[in-house]
Amino acid sequence: MFLHFSAGRKLDFFDLDISFSCSAGKMLVLIGPSGGGKTTIVRMLAGLEKPDRGTITFGDEVWFDCSRGIHLPPRKRRLGYVFQDYSLFPHLTLFENAAFAAVDHREVNDLLDLFGIGHLRDRKPHQVSGGERQRCAICQALARHPRLLLLDEPLSALDVVTRRELREELKILKTRISFPIVYVTHDINEALFLADAILPVVNGRADAEWMHRAAGGESSTLSPPRAARAPRLALAY
Amino acid sequence: MDVSALYITLKLAVATTLILVVVAAPMAYLLAYVRFPGKSLVETLVYLPMALPPTVIGFYLVMFMGPRGGLGRLWQMGTGHPLLFTFQGIVIASLIYSIPFAIQPMKAAFLKIDRRMIENAYVLGLSARETFFRVVIPNSMSGIVAAAVLVFLHSIGAFGILMMVGGSIPGETRVASIAIYEAVETMDYRGAALMSLSFIPVSYAFLLLVNRLNKDG
Repeated sequence: MFLHFSAGRKLDFFDLDISFSCSAGKMLVLIGPSGGGKTTIVRMLAGLEKPDRGTITFGDEVWFDCSRGIHLPPRKRRLGYVFQDYSLFPHLTLFENAAFAAVDHREVNDLLDLFGIGHLRDRKPHQVSGGERQRCAICQALARHPRLLLLDEPLSALDVVTRRELREELKILKTRISFPIVYVTHDINEALFLADAILPVVNGRADAEWMHRAAGGESSTLSPPRAARAPRLALAY
Repeated sequence: MDVSALYITLKLAVATTLILVVVAAPMAYLLAYVRFPGKSLVETLVYLPMALPPTVIGFYLVMFMGPRGGLGRLWQMGTGHPLLFTFQGIVIASLIYSIPFAIQPMKAAFLKIDRRMIENAYVLGLSARETFFRVVIPNSMSGIVAAAVLVFLHSIGAFGILMMVGGSIPGETRVASIAIYEAVETMDYRGAALMSLSFIPVSYAFLLLVNRLNKDG
């Protein structure tokens, strides 16, 4: 399955206008400074926001086409979306959260075990740590058998150790799945560690130079060995 | 003590509470989340009974529910009976009188729900209706219970509007507040005192519950 996004929208401070593609089993990382439009792009992919123009297609399916007046609602896109901070349902246990939209409830326990939170299945979200909540949010998204996975800064609210652990788990997860993943972050190391392709987004536009500028300005956040084997930029993808 | 008046009061308050919780919940949801033209006008209209003297509402309801009024005529055609001076009539009056007290706490509770939680439900495949029942309602229980308690208390205290729409027919429309008034009028102070006293523990307990809910929520 191939995701293609080519759409735009007038935002308060700039005009978002961007195109990219992502194929099955690949992770495209949208990176850039805060307020640059990354989350808006992901919300457009999810159907939570509507572009002013352009198209969004997934395989043969048209999710959005401005000229034809097509806008598929979020519930019909069958995708997984892990929000920046936890959007779990507080009245449900971790198991009930993960099973909320599960295709096969028998898989849910396996998923919880896979992410190391099986023993917390009967706890409510407020009774577990931030990392455990976010693991549960990923289980919830995966249990739906999504065709596309959107991860919007899923690690940003976590402490350094948990962030590193979960990053490793996501790296392993990536090798096991067969659908595209769009991942949003402003952390260059995270992007370089996880991405198959990177798309820097600045003020709503693709900006290939941003990575170099950010790496030069914040050399401590970009480890040279990883930079040397950096994934290609999505601009040329 | 007029026991039947206490029974009618309780019956009216329970009917008003049950009906309003069901009817006002989707209205409050609509006012909390949906944008539509003239929304502020509609919202002000919904809250109007709170700002009008009960006798003014009562007057318009008498006109509307009377034999020449729109609802009164329809009711007469449908049931063969008039609507004014009946228990059904005072239920309708009580619903209109108490609707702001149902809408306000529920709307506030709905607005407290994190928008992302609702969006997550949509992304997970739920329709707006399913999201309302599976996500919004369970996470707004304190607001819904607070609304129910306020409506109940407001209903048991109604007087002027019920007097105008229902009069004081024993066993049918004479509620405790009217019975207390009439007891005082006829200098039956003992009866009035007993009935008045029966309100205090009920109202106190329910208000305590609302306070607890507000603290928890």
